[in-house]
Amino acid sequence: MNSGNASGIRARFRIDYSGFLLDVDLDLPGRGVTALFGHSGSGKTTLLRAIAGLEPAPGGRLAVNGEVWQDEAVFRPTWQRPLGYVFQEASLFPHLSVQANLQYGQTRVPAAARRVSLDQAVALLDIGHLLGRKPARLSGGERQRVGIARALATSPRLLLMDEPLAALDHALKQEILPYLERLHDELDIPVLYVSHAPDEVARLADHIVVMEGGHAVANGPLTDTLARLDLPIKLGEDVGVVLDAVVTARDEEWHLAHMDFPGGHLWVRDQGLPVGHPARVRILARDVSLARAPVTGTSILNTLPAIVVDSVADAHPALTLVKLRVGESLLLARLTLRSAHALELTPGQLLYAQIKAVALLG
Amino acid sequence: MLGDSDIAAIVLTLKLASVTTLLLLFIGTPIAWWLARTRSPWKGAIGAVVALPIVLPPTVIGFYLLVAMGPNGPVGQLTQSLGLGVLPFTFSGLVVASVFYSMPFVVQPIQNAFEAIGEWPLEAAATLRASPLDTFFSVVLPLARPGYLTASVLGFAHTVGEFGVVLMIGGNIPDKTRVVSVQIYDHVEAMEYGQAHWLAAIMVAFSFVVLLLLYTLNPTGRRR
Repeated sequence: MNSGNASGIRARFRIDYSGFLLDVDLDLPGRGVTALFGHSGSGKTTLLRAIAGLEPAPGGRLAVNGEVWQDEAVFRPTWQRPLGYVFQEASLFPHLSVQANLQYGQTRVPAAARRVSLDQAVALLDIGHLLGRKPARLSGGERQRVGIARALATSPRLLLMDEPLAALDHALKQEILPYLERLHDELDIPVLYVSHAPDEVARLADHIVVMEGGHAVANGPLTDTLARLDLPIKLGEDVGVVLDAVVTARDEEWHLAHMDFPGGHLWVRDQGLPVGHPARVRILARDVSLARAPVTGTSILNTLPAIVVDSVADAHPALTLVKLRVGESLLLARLTLRSAHALELTPGQLLYAQIKAVALLG
Repeated sequence: MLGDSDIAAIVLTLKLASVTTLLLLFIGTPIAWWLARTRSPWKGAIGAVVALPIVLPPTVIGFYLLVAMGPNGPVGQLTQSLGLGVLPFTFSGLVVASVFYSMPFVVQPIQNAFEAIGEWPLEAAATLRASPLDTFFSVVLPLARPGYLTASVLGFAHTVGEFGVVLMIGGNIPDKTRVVSVQIYDHVEAMEYGQAHWLAAIMVAFSFVVLLLLYTLNPTGRRR
């Protein structure tokens, strides 16, 4: 039980509330975005709070990239942990201006430990025009951006985000998501991101921990984990895979972008990304249908040859979930059991996956 | 018009109320903080003791303080052994009594303000590297400002208005313990209604102005 791992986040917590037990032992990557994903009441926020030191967790152990924050002998209180925390409701101090809110954390970090400048944080979240305002005069989305910038300005070694978009409506979410992606691309700060929204996770996370009933029931790279048939959580309509792709061509006439992913390529709606730009695409299982031969005379744009790996019963007794291999990538398809019978579905079988919809995730 | 003894009584009253309010802001802050944050089973009991002066007749408080601070009381023994003499019938004695008497009027508004702040600003400050003491001064005090304003005004005004306790503990010594409320009583006793009117009218005007200030500077629902 050595917690001196040079890199990575090692967290072991067992917190017993009456009626709820959080019991996790996790090894998480020390870089990139790790999603703590689960339904409400699964313990994901409690885990995040324990990592921040906001939730007393006697007997817990926590080491972040080789630095012990908590074990039998050590307990660093929250204010002595070099972390950034973004709360669900942007918790800006109402008596301070945006500028003073940003400076609040930064001035409390020793000058030698400052790696993110205030200007950098302001530019990254695009809040330069808000600096003179009081929090009460900001919109919900602006408030959350200031909250994120305020956390970044402390040059955290670990950024904790507790459903930062949950309190925002759809339009505001779309306003913030690009900033979170920039964060991911431009700063080398490991992020733990609590969410119950599959679309956010698909878009932002590199790694996922699935929480249920106080336990971590799955823990792995996002693309592999989402393609698991035995994922022990009900995603319902959101079952599907995420592929890491690159824009390889753009069709001016039809406004389509050609994207390569490991093992195949897809046409998707052109959203202005330049050739060579990496982007994620998400394909939901309900949008994939299967055929024994390539179908002609169809409106479907993308048909990929795919090998059946396995299939399992789905949530509804009429449905089955099929795992397919396309080159080095995996796809999931949701069929009726009747169709699966008609196809005489067997592992190793070559089929053609017709993909009705592909979502380009920025 | 006001005589010299009236002016002296007004000055003494203002001095007593100022000293008492200042002391109470210092003493009341940790008590209010504890009452607002604790989960101790003693919270109810301590809160009730602090609130006692609201319901007790001032003469009861004055009586017990007189006994405690008198030559044979525990506080009196202590002050004598420290070479401070006994407190009753001195200005210091009045201050001590007023601190007890006005305590709930200062503690409760501050406690309410602390409770209204809630947990999140403290947690946010902790994630921004502020120590608990730092958080208290940089976040809690500014956010509790309306509560402090109410506490100061109420503590001051309540001390100005006290009568029973003063009479029990301070008696009626000119320039030392004779405050305005006692002075008015003396005037009435001596059938000097004219002078009593002047002082009484000043008290009414003062009280009105204090409450007016309180309501205009501190409108409810301004927070957040």
